[in-house]
Formats: sequence, C-alpha cells, structure tokens
Amino acid sequence: MFKKILIANRGEIACRVIKTARKMGIATVAIYSDADRNALHVQMADEAVHIGPPPANQSYIVIDKVMDAVRQSGAEAVHPGYGFLSENSKFAQALEAEGVAFVGPPKRAIEAMGDKITSKKLAQEASVSTVPGYMGLIADADEAVKISNQIGYPVMIKASAGGGGKGMRIAWDDAEARQGFQSSKNEAASSFGDDRIFIEKFITQPRHIEIQVLADQHGNAVYLGERECSIQRRNQKVIEEAPSPFLDDVTRKAMGEQAVALAQAVGYTSAGTVEFIVDGGRNFYFLEMNTRLQVEHPVTELITGVDLVEQMIRVANGEKLTIAQKDVKLNGWAMESRLYAEDPYRGFLPSIGRLSRYRPPLEVATQSHVVRNDTGVYEGGEISMYYDPMIAKLCTWGPNRAEAIENMRVALDAFEVEGIGHNLPFLSAVMDHPRFVSGDITTAFIEEEYPDGFDGVELSEKQIRRVAAAAAAMYRVTEIRRTRVSGRMDNHERKVGSDWVVEAQGHHLPVTIEADKLGATVVFDDGGKHRVESKWVPGDSLAVLDVDATPLVMKVGKIPNGFRLRLRGADVRVYIRSPRQAELAALMPQKVAPDTSKLLLCPMPGLIVKVDVEIGQEVQEGQALCTVEAMKMENILRAERKSVVSKINAGPGDSLAVDEVIMEFE
Amino acid sequence: MKDILEELESRRDTARLGGGQNRIDAQHGKGKLTARERVELLLDEGSFEEFDMFVAHRCTDFGMEKERPAGDGVVTGWGTINGRMVYLFSQDFTVFGGSLSETHAQKICKIMDMAVQNGAPVIGINDSGGARIQEGVASLAGYAEVFQRNIMASGVVPQISVIMGPCAGGAVYSPAMTDFIFMVKDTSYMFVTGPDVVKTVTNEVVTAEELGGASTHTRKSSVADGAFENDVEALTEIRRLVDFLPLNNRDKPPVRPFFDSPDRMEMSLDTLIPDNPNSPYDMKELIVKLADEGDFYEIQENFAKNILTGFIRLEGSTVGVVANQPMVLAGCLDIDSSRKAARFVRFCDAFEIPVLTLVDVPGFLPGTSQEYGGVIKHGAKLLFAYGEATVPKVTVITRKAYGGAYDVMASKHLRGDFNYAWPTAEIAVMGAKGATEILYRSELRDKERIAHRTKDYEARFANPFVAAEKGFIDEVITPHATRKRICRAFASLRGKQMKNPWKKHDNIPL
Repeated sequence: MFKKILIANRGEIACRVIKTARKMGIATVAIYSDADRNALHVQMADEAVHIGPPPANQSYIVIDKVMDAVRQSGAEAVHPGYGFLSENSKFAQALEAEGVAFVGPPKRAIEAMGDKITSKKLAQEASVSTVPGYMGLIADADEAVKISNQIGYPVMIKASAGGGGKGMRIAWDDAEARQGFQSSKNEAASSFGDDRIFIEKFITQPRHIEIQVLADQHGNAVYLGERECSIQRRNQKVIEEAPSPFLDDVTRKAMGEQAVALAQAVGYTSAGTVEFIVDGGRNFYFLEMNTRLQVEHPVTELITGVDLVEQMIRVANGEKLTIAQKDVKLNGWAMESRLYAEDPYRGFLPSIGRLSRYRPPLEVATQSHVVRNDTGVYEGGEISMYYDPMIAKLCTWGPNRAEAIENMRVALDAFEVEGIGHNLPFLSAVMDHPRFVSGDITTAFIEEEYPDGFDGVELSEKQIRRVAAAAAAMYRVTEIRRTRVSGRMDNHERKVGSDWVVEAQGHHLPVTIEADKLGATVVFDDGGKHRVESKWVPGDSLAVLDVDATPLVMKVGKIPNGFRLRLRGADVRVYIRSPRQAELAALMPQKVAPDTSKLLLCPMPGLIVKVDVEIGQEVQEGQALCTVEAMKMENILRAERKSVVSKINAGPGDSLAVDEVIMEFE
Repeated sequence: MKDILEELESRRDTARLGGGQNRIDAQHGKGKLTARERVELLLDEGSFEEFDMFVAHRCTDFGMEKERPAGDGVVTGWGTINGRMVYLFSQDFTVFGGSLSETHAQKICKIMDMAVQNGAPVIGINDSGGARIQEGVASLAGYAEVFQRNIMASGVVPQISVIMGPCAGGAVYSPAMTDFIFMVKDTSYMFVTGPDVVKTVTNEVVTAEELGGASTHTRKSSVADGAFENDVEALTEIRRLVDFLPLNNRDKPPVRPFFDSPDRMEMSLDTLIPDNPNSPYDMKELIVKLADEGDFYEIQENFAKNILTGFIRLEGSTVGVVANQPMVLAGCLDIDSSRKAARFVRFCDAFEIPVLTLVDVPGFLPGTSQEYGGVIKHGAKLLFAYGEATVPKVTVITRKAYGGAYDVMASKHLRGDFNYAWPTAEIAVMGAKGATEILYRSELRDKERIAHRTKDYEARFANPFVAAEKGFIDEVITPHATRKRICRAFASLRGKQMKNPWKKHDNIPL
C-alpha cells in the first residue's frame, strides 16, 4: 500500500479523503493556496504544501505547482477529489510520467468521458440511448441560434468541459440562445479555461439519476446502485438521496448494467458515475460520465457500506475488487443536504465572510439512525470568494425514506451557522415539502415550487402549538432566573406567574404552565396540552427539547419579551407575555418597513462589471439593468417592473457591499 | 366605615382615569400607553406603591381652579424590578398634556429625595407638553427644583429617563442630566426649541421628528442612549438594563445565577484577527463570545460606532465594556468616540461597575474638523475618565495600540489592574510604515531600503513583547482562553480598594 498520499484539493472533499487515508494508515499531504492557509484540510493533513495565490487558476489547477508539491512531499499517490484537476487527463499523464499513482481512472478514460461531445459519441456507439443534440463545436452565436432552431427549442447550451452547473444555460428562443451562448462561453473560459460549447435538446420534466460504478485494473466492475439528484437549483445539486424513490428493480438493473458496460468499453477503473436523465416513463438517457468521485458519494456509502475513497485507493494500488455485483445490497435510505454559503432570502446569492458560529449536529451512527457531516470549514474560519460556496454536506440515514427525511429535519434544525448567509432554512423547507416527501420530484422541482424564490416558511398550526408550548416553558425558566438576582428586597420578591400569552405568526395563544421537577405541562385555553422536557438553560443558543416525547430542536435568539426561533425553515419571533402585558402589547401600532421598491440594491458583495441602462431610460419588467460579479458568477440584475431610471450610483469596476444602492427609479 | 371605604375607592378610580376615557383612547390612538399602563409594564406585577395620588394643583389663574384633577398629571411612587427597588415617575399626557406645574414638580421631587435617601434608582417616564403656562414662574421653579435633585442624585443612584412623548423646552434638561436617556421611535421627540420657533427665528423648515426624533438623538446628537420600537419593548428593555445596574453608589453590581462556564474556551477567537493588519473584524463578536451567555446590553449603539460601550456579565456579575471597533473608521479615537466612552467609563466608576477595555486602536483621527472641534480636550475626557477610575480595570489589547491612544485606552500607566495582550498585539508609537518614514526620512527615495527598514521596525515593535518586557503588559494570553483569563482577573479584583486624594471635585476638561 502507498505510504503517503497527496490530496490535490481543498475543502470538505480533501478532509473526507484524509479521513479514509488515515484509517488506512497512509500519511496525508494537503496543498493550499494563500486563502487556505488556515483551512481545515491543512490542519487535518500530516503535512501541507503551499501552492500559490488564492485564485484556483493560479494554484489548485496549475499542474506544475501541484506536481512540485508531489515531488516535494514524496507522495506516492494523488487523490484529486472532485473539480479542479480531477478530470484533467494532462494531470493524470504528468503523474504517470513521474511514476506517481493517480487515484482515478486512466487518462484515456478521462479524455473519452471528460469531453461531453466525445463521451456522447462513445455512448451512442455502445448503443446507449442519448439525448438528441448537436455534437460538433459551435463557432459563434449565429451558429448557435441556427443549430438551436434545427434541434428545436427548448435547448440546453453547455460548456464542453463544464460541470456543476457552471457554463450552462437553457434557451427558449433565439434571443436567449444568443445570450446564453455568450455567457456560457464566458463562464466556461473563466472557470475551466476551455470555452468550447455544445447544444442539445432540453428534456422537460426530467429526473437526474446517476449510477455509481467501481472498476479495478483487472477488468472487474460493479455498480453500487443509483443516486437521485433531481433537487437542483440552476443545475446545481442541492439535495441527493439513495436509492431513488422512482426506480424499480428492473430499471435499476438495466441502468446499472449499461453503466458498467460503458465503463468497461472505455477501460474505466476507479470510482465513476454515469449520469442519466430519466423521464416520467422511466426511459433513461445517458447524459455524461463523471470520471471522479462525486460530491454526493456519501449517500451511496451509507446504503452500501462501501467506503468509496478506500476502494479508489485500493484500485489505484492495483488491488482486485473484493466486491462482486451479487454482494452489493442496498440497505435503507440515505439523504444528503448540501450546505451552501448562499443566502436563500436574497435569491441564493453567494455570501462570504467569517463563520462566527459553526456547530454541526452531533454525528451519530446506530442501527437505525446515522448522521454524518462532511465538512471543510470550522467555527472562526473564513468563507472566501475564491472557491465553491458549498461548505458542508449533511447526510442522514434511516431504515426507510421517511425516517431518513425525519433524521435530516432534526439534524438541520440542530445545525448552527452564523456570520454568513446560508441555505439551511431552504433545505429544511424542502425536507418538509409534501411533494418532496411524496418523492414526486423532477429537476424542475425548485423552479416550480419556489418560482419567486424562497421567502421562508410558515409553521403549521400544529407546529406552532408545539413551539409555543416549548417557548413558554423556556421563557418561564428565563424569567425565574431573573428574579434570583442579588439585591432584592427580602420577602418582597417577584413571583413569576404561570399564565402567559404566546404570540407567534399572528396567533395569540393563552397558556398555563404547570411546572414540575422534570419539565412542564403547558395547557392551552382550549384544553390542549403539551408536555415539555429539556435540559435547556437560559443562554443556550440551541434548544433540544422533547415535546410530547418527540424531539423539537430550535435555534434560539433573544428578543425583548421572547425568542427568535429558527426551525424547519421558519424564522419566527415568539413573544411570551403575561396576560396584562399581552393586553397592552395589543395596543401597539404595527409598523411598516421602509419602501425600497424604487431602489436597486446590491444583493451581495460584488463587483459591478456592466451597467446596461442610463439615467432617464425607460426599462421594462425583466430587462437587464446591470451585472454584478461575485464568486466568479455573473449575476444579471433585472427590473422588477416597468419604470424609469432616475439615478445611477455605481459604475463598472465599483466594488459594492450588500444593500448598497446601485440605482434609483422614478 | 363602609361609606368611607367606598369613598376612597371611588376617589382612587377617578384618579386612575387621569384625563378621562376619551383622552386615554386618544393616547392609545397615537400608539402610546397611558402613564399607569407604563408603570405596570415597568414594574413587577402588583409591586407598585403610589405616592400623592390625590395631589392637585393650586393655580387659580385662567380658570384653572375649575379643573383640579387628582394626581396633577404625573404618577409617582416606587416598586420593584425583579424584586429590586426602584423609584419612578410617569407623566400623564391625558392630564393637561402632562404639563409640569408646581405640584407636579413637587411630586417628582418627593420620590427623588426618597430615592437618594434610600439608595434606589430613579426612572422617569417623560410624556409632557412642557411647562404649565398658566402657572408661570411657579412652573419654571418646579423644573429647577427637579434639576437640582437630578444633580444631587447624579452619581448617588442611577437615573434613567425614558422619553415616551414630547419633551421640549426646559423640560429636556432634567433627562439631560440623568445617566441614560431612551426614546421610543416615531412617538417621542426632544428639543430645546420646537419646529415653529426654529422656523420663526432661522427660517429653517424642519419636522419635529427630524429635529428631535429618536433617530436624530441616537445617531446625530448622541443625546439618547438607545431607541425602541414601541412602549412595550422600551419598558421591557429598561427592565433588562436595571438588571445590570447597582441600586446605588454604595451597592455592589448585581449578581445573578449563570449557566455559562467561566472556563469556556472559544477556539474561533484564535482566527478573529485577520492576516492582513489593515483588514477590519467585528469587535462585537469578541464581546459576545466573552460575555456570559452572549448577552451584551449596548449603550449608544448608533452613535460613534468606532467605539463600543455597554454592559455584559462575567460569572453573573455586571461588567462595563469599552471596545474599539475596527469595522468603523478603523476603530480610531475621535471627538465623538472619546466623549461617548468617557461618559460610559465615568458612569461605571461612579457605580462601582468594573470596566473591561478591548483595544484595537490605530490612534486619533487626524484632520482639521477634529482639531477645530477640540479633539484635544474631548480626547482628554476619556484619558481623564480612565485615569480617575478606581474600579477594577482589565484591558485586553487584541491588535493595534498605537501612540497616545494606547495610553488612553486603560493602559497600565492609568492604573490598569490587569493589562493583557493577544500575541497579535502591536504596541508602538505608530504603525511601522509611518514610523520608518520619519526615522529614515533621508532614505525615503530608496524604496527597497525603506521596505527593509519597515520590516525591521515590524519585527521589533509589531508584537506585544517589547511592552511585556517592560511590564506594561502583565501577560500575553491566547485569544481562545480570554474569557477564562478575564473572569479570573475580575474575580481576583473583587476586594479592590482604591481612593483618589480628597478634592471638592475634579476639573475634567468638559
């Protein structure tokens, strides 16, 4: 076995690989850019080599620099993770030339599958059903429009070297095809250094289901079931699960066997993923093969018990697979939620900054319940603008889908992240969405269910009552502690009452608290009762309670007369008042927030690259106003309604903070 | 006897109605609570003991003798906040617009005298149209009697003013001399002369809100220490503030049970200071992570944001915090921040509240506007306040402590009890670049040489060890252990006794 392995990556995947390598007794080498000097993967590795400035194209994806690090550290193998150099055949070749093992497939397979146009041709040759499209290279926007017309709208415009949603656009007409071609090309050039573009038919109502394959250098290959990755936002996966709630055994077998056949046809070794689009009739079309470890591999690990990183390392070491197809058993259900540093309340725009608080839920592994968090960050760490905004992958497992989902809901509620905008509330909201729970999902799920973006969720009546009971019991404890302050008048202490009125989400719920040594029974005025028990004490930012013997987990903030509670995607202010306080509070006026509808506010910290309008210009609803670049993504800000521009406060090249006014309207 | 009791009850009922139901409804219509409702919310339920419920005015001019409502427009008395005694008055806008008469003033003076005598805070709820014009100079005399008591009570018992309606003309000077002023957004305003007079005299058109609303006084004038959304929130938060304050200047700061270990390590503080010395970070994060349960009661949050002031608890006991905020103006000292912090430090000192100072200060803000504004004397206020303070003083330098500002910020030389520094601290006369440009002026043209000199200077002074060698820093501590270290420091100072030489009073550069 290798004695030392270098991980040519950063973030959670570098940490993930280090964990397995350590388990296998292999020493680990991290590489890091200036921005990652204090990163978790650097702390975890046995040694670390600095490889350059923050931008990936000056550090993590510069082959020469990584090769220097390999030489310097004397690593015998390199695990590339995902992204960066993981699907770069030149890198595989460079390692081969030095006699260093690449923990991945041979370069021929990378080349064949890595290029979407070539891979599609190969798949067709292997009689795999593929999506109709134009396989050649496209010279310019005019040609893109012509080809789009030949295929018929809608079409998908993709970067040939792309992945993870970058450099990908859907066009419904000529104008969008023209615009999409240009922006795909730009993004492809800046993200991958390869601006080749291709176009294919866009399949509506699709599911994204992929097969995990594993092959050794001795001609053995197996498939490890599928992953359903249909919950995507702008082609970026958000929630994955395994198995798919949609596949039957026959389809699973057919897809798996095709995937293995394809892998063998290209002489594939190591772990790889064959992606399919599956339509409502369970017809599946080959999409592409990812010749690397996928982000979402943990869900496969959780239902198969196979450590994919370990298998990759063993295969790279020339070992034979010890798993045969008949040994592969899918056990239970696994869910993965990707935690992104993206603010769901601001159109999921990237958020950067210091993680002033980062407390993932406790990892558990029992017969009926698994919580696993793959993370690359820590409390006090910095989320920089240079890399992918994904900061953690929270996975749960349960014996069935419902329990896996329930475990995920509780785990998400217990996840504390402060300092940056993040999508935890959105993930929670999806976990509670009836359509998601039913398994009736497509890749358009988020678009269809959240057409106007995400605005938080309202708790159901039933949830509100549970939360109200818990909050009332917690508030009473807080108030009692206040009465224990020093300097009180003896014999004239404040008595904390048992009658309270809880206000939450517009409900006013009078309750009576009957407290005892173990907890409290909260009785509502309609006779309803909830039993609340918890070890929570005032000041704890996370409340883990049992309400009627089922868990209720909430993030707790202090506000006057109550708590700000966050759970299940909701962010609610719960006020707990004595009956008299409640009566007087009802007299207070409702205040309206100031009107910002006539301002265009910068939705994220970023750089203005283009202003499309001028003062006095009339703009139509949906018209592009300006482009803000943040985290390498170009975000076009559009007019919300028809109006006239009255003032422009920023121009190209200006760096703006969140909520700075870019322009004003009449 | 029964009749007599009924008579009492009926008189009480009348008094409680103040200016009558119509005016009460009008008060509610403005989004305001009545004087008595406010008292109810401020005090523990059922703890209010009223004085002078039946006091009536003695004016006989302008037909005033025909209307003599019981209480005369102010509710006074005492009660408890979480079991601790406070005195209070609450002006009743429904009675003659809460205007101040001779008797109204006498009621206020009575409870103020008792507060000073018995050692309990005074909380004044202001909602008054101003002087009772019908009473003329008697009303003005009333104000002055209150002013005199404000002055005498200052530094003896905490005085808190809550502005919950108009407060104009001479009336503003009573709150002005109390320790804290809080306002309610949209329903309160304070000014010496109102918009009408302003228009007549200066031709300036301004609304009452712009002239003296909560936003003006919390952001621009710094007259107010905080503002709240409505009456209920304001009174809830005043209760929270009182939980932090000693009852008088002979009392110890209050202690309450806490659920946060003094030994709590905060590993994330090890990365609080950015690699780039010119990058800002949020000092509030440090305060919140040091405080018991993350509870920070900020004073003057929206004014001179380059310095943070407020109360926290350590081991359940109140500590005043002063901290430079690198997020704003790099955390420098200027006129406003010096005044803000000086006043806060003096309050803490007056009431035996220990002071924690967190330092990251690049110096004083340069410029003509600062010099013309008298930054010399205003900066000296903070220096003076720290130097005269005899309460326990613990200081932690997190990053920069440059020049005179280093001296000012509770340095060892100003009788600091514990002066700690993080390893990232730089204690020097100025930053390395500026220093080398002065020291090696003749070499300025040689960029390489200057860069080298700068590096040398950094190596010598951009650390806490030179100061530690001299004993100006007692110990260099790890950021993650800061809470533990400062808790232990304050614990060791519980018996501190220090007296300044006798004087009639000092002559702080006002």
